[in-house]
Amino acid sequence: MPASPQAAIEVQALVKRFPGIVAVDRLTFDVRPGEIFGLVGPDGAGKTTTLRMLAGVMPPDEGTARVAGLDVARDPEGVKHQISYMPQRFGLYEDLTVEENIRFYADLFGVRRREREERAARLLAASGMSEFRDRLAGKLSGGMKQKLGLTCALVHTPRVILLDEPTTGVDPVSRRDFWRILYSLIAEGVTILTSTAYLDEAERCHRVALMHNGRLLMCDTPALLKARLPAEAVVSIVTADPRAARDAVEQAEGVLGLRLAGDQVRLGVDDGPRRIPQLRTRLETAGVPVEEIGMVQPTLEDLFVATVEGRVSAGA
Amino acid sequence: MSNGNDNSVVVEKLVKRFGDFTAVDGISLETRKGEIFGFLGPNGAGKSTTIRMLCGLLKPTAGRAMVAGFDVAREPERVRQNIGYMSQKFSLYNDLRVIENLRLFAGLYSVPLAVTDARIEWALEMASLADRRTAITAELAGGWKQRLALGCAVLHRPPVLFLDEPTSGVDPISRRAFWDLIHHMAEEGVTVFVTTHYMEEAEYCNRLALIYRGRMVALGTPNELKQRHMKGELLFIEAEPLGPALEAVESAPDVLDAAVFGNALHVVVEDAAAMQARLRAYLEARNVRVSAVEPIRPSLEDVFVSLTTGFNGNGKGKAT
Amino acid sequence: MSLHRLIAVARKEVIQILRDPRSLAIVVLMPVILMFLFGYGINLDLKNTPTYIFDRESSPQSRDLIARFRSSSYFHVAREVDNYAELVAAIDAGRAKLGVVIPPDFSAQLRNGGAVSVQALVDATDDNTGNLILGYTESIVRGYSQGVRVDWLQRQGQLRAAPSVSVESRIWYNEDLESQAFIIPGIVAIVMAVVGAFLTSLTIAREWERGSMEQLISTPVSSLEVMLGKLIPYFVIGLFDTAVCTGMAILWFGVPFRGSLVTLFIGSTLFLTVVMSQGFFISVIAKSQLAASQVALISTFLPAFLLSGFLFSIEQMPRPIQVFTHIIPARYYVTLMKAVFLKGTPSSYLHTELAALGVFAFVLVLLATRSFHKRLE
Repeated sequence: MPASPQAAIEVQALVKRFPGIVAVDRLTFDVRPGEIFGLVGPDGAGKTTTLRMLAGVMPPDEGTARVAGLDVARDPEGVKHQISYMPQRFGLYEDLTVEENIRFYADLFGVRRREREERAARLLAASGMSEFRDRLAGKLSGGMKQKLGLTCALVHTPRVILLDEPTTGVDPVSRRDFWRILYSLIAEGVTILTSTAYLDEAERCHRVALMHNGRLLMCDTPALLKARLPAEAVVSIVTADPRAARDAVEQAEGVLGLRLAGDQVRLGVDDGPRRIPQLRTRLETAGVPVEEIGMVQPTLEDLFVATVEGRVSAGA
Repeated sequence: MSNGNDNSVVVEKLVKRFGDFTAVDGISLETRKGEIFGFLGPNGAGKSTTIRMLCGLLKPTAGRAMVAGFDVAREPERVRQNIGYMSQKFSLYNDLRVIENLRLFAGLYSVPLAVTDARIEWALEMASLADRRTAITAELAGGWKQRLALGCAVLHRPPVLFLDEPTSGVDPISRRAFWDLIHHMAEEGVTVFVTTHYMEEAEYCNRLALIYRGRMVALGTPNELKQRHMKGELLFIEAEPLGPALEAVESAPDVLDAAVFGNALHVVVEDAAAMQARLRAYLEARNVRVSAVEPIRPSLEDVFVSLTTGFNGNGKGKAT
Repeated sequence: MSLHRLIAVARKEVIQILRDPRSLAIVVLMPVILMFLFGYGINLDLKNTPTYIFDRESSPQSRDLIARFRSSSYFHVAREVDNYAELVAAIDAGRAKLGVVIPPDFSAQLRNGGAVSVQALVDATDDNTGNLILGYTESIVRGYSQGVRVDWLQRQGQLRAAPSVSVESRIWYNEDLESQAFIIPGIVAIVMAVVGAFLTSLTIAREWERGSMEQLISTPVSSLEVMLGKLIPYFVIGLFDTAVCTGMAILWFGVPFRGSLVTLFIGSTLFLTVVMSQGFFISVIAKSQLAASQVALISTFLPAFLLSGFLFSIEQMPRPIQVFTHIIPARYYVTLMKAVFLKGTPSSYLHTELAALGVFAFVLVLLATRSFHKRLE
């Protein structure tokens, strides 16, 4: 599929090998300007390696990648002028204050003082960190460090932002602040490529690429991806005694698969509306207390498992 | 509070202070035998400190905790003999072979010599690593390492098992297989205590305690938390253009909170049924094309945000 | 190259240095402590060498000679014996390092103007000490009378037949025979070699260890800007430390300073460039701070100490090693320092040293810049 000339990031058959392993295996996708694109997959999928190649800090072995129109293999330094990269271990200097960290990165990108002060004020306010300017970065909480890292990455106006698992371990409130900042950037025309191992975070992106063992499984909007799941319905039984519920229904007609998950039993059935009343009867007969029983939306995790197991075909 | 039976964890107003920093501020809970109990909260909330106290590694500043029937402050050694601890990222020795790791842990946990070989075989079977026993641990893929770590943690058949973020970053298939194993053990009566900051992982637990800033802010099954502890209800709104839609919704009356979520909006309101039609009309009056408005279940993250931002200053935890 | 970015890197480095009490302490205290340690610890003066004397004549002249030994602080006449065997036994047993035998016809031969010789047995197991004893004894005896010769016999070890040139040159420029003054300028050089390399050896390794390097190399900053930005603060500190050491040498240890400050400054600048580039290079290739600091200390201290000529004279080394010392930068700096302090040599005589240091500086800066890549791998 020919890439649109307007693509902010174009990746074509990208390959990176390390001794004994192919970390990135003929990866192809592109990211349109102004979208939030997610690279999604478990550890070892190749997300960090891909981001490092796009940031120009690691050369590809084969294939091409263009970021903001520049080839990362031929002109990595040129790329660096156009992007911001926030690696997993991002470069906060713990012995420098919030203000000093921001100033350092602003200077590296040649941001003039007035512009720097204005942007810093805005970003810090959006992060709820305005009164922490003089605090040493090492003394900030985890969520605040992450937001400071993002602020440093955004103090200049990049065309493309690359984020490697930016919200790992962060408290949900800080995560929301973080995403609010990202969405406001889109309004300014910035393109964002972020990676995550959380499948639920992937739902916040406009489009995602699911990766596994260095390869691309599929790439589309979350809604369209989930629509690829076969017609099997997913039924959830919420109960105080999941094991008893499982024993009652696992042999029922039309049940294709079953698993326990916390306070639920999740079943794959052939025909939801038809089977639900039958299951309900079974449970009542067995005396199992049922709080809820109904069809649920499949998740990206369901899609992922189905694809790797071959029940859904991979491919962009 | 009762002492509980031997296979449970009982925590009573547990406190830990480091200097003038209070890491754990009065946590109380009780787990049932065979339960999978989750301790959910962001990094720095006090989860690891609590676990260390429960494992007998740190003395509590105040309060009491009993694990497998033993007091953690008075008999930490007995506690440690009766628990298993698995941390995905740190338990195993990467340069040892699978079988060598198992033998090492059998020794560390003082598994009686007479049963060591049998237990090791059992662990290998459980982890499906029987034909890879001579593989070097560093060469195992992530999902396999966890299963090995789990095996090493239960060689001495402890009644209580502590798991520290056992499936973070692991592919979903391995994660499901792992949790099947855990459910199996729980069914045999092992109490499993999981700590994590991954909401996805928390969904596998029978009951959850949400921890924030050293306090327990909620306790219940995942479903209970989503129904009872969420302030308001959640509406999913698909609209274009999105930016103006968000601004409009934020300014609409009776809207508690609104955020962008991918290509749509998640809006928190008091009464979803009542607001559905009203918001659609409100948006359309402002030239926003609305393609969908429907109530959705809140996620655990929504619950968490609702609980934590609902506090002003010294919020009190909602224990049950 | 952007000056703006270079200054940003330098500013950050300065802030980090100032905020780290440990590295500040190292920066300020390390040279001072090393100066004290080496200044007082390495004392080549052999005071109170235990000496046995066998006076076979016992005349006023022989007593006179013996009195000179007694009154010299370099010797401690432990015993006078009346037989040869005891003398030898004392040396073998370690009770004496020097044994002097005055012949029975000592005064008669002196009167006759003939060649008189005194026998000296020296324990030369440690041949540096042996050579020094040789030097002092010759000096005392010659001071007594130009006509007396010393016949050297050695017990153990290896003595050279003639007194070494370095002993002589010391005596020429170092009137008080104070070896301290002779050594201290060399010590300043050693201290700066170690401190200079150590300071910079941590800087890159630290960024890797703390994890901030990945982000740094993803920004537009160039390798040269990073290197210069990081080295300049340490360079200023290095010059400051050199001034402190020089001040200590002159004011505390009382070493005379006869040469030109300008020459000292230029030479020190070049040498600091050399050792700091060396430290930076080590920091790039050793990914951990621990490894970097160890390699830095060993690769600067050992060659400087052993092969620069500051303590062990190069002329006495085996020929192949002498050739090897030409590639030790510290050698040229030590020579320059000694010359500037003790000889007052004008810089025109130090062309070789300055040129050599210049070449080394150029080569090492090139090496350091080329070694630092903005890549992860």
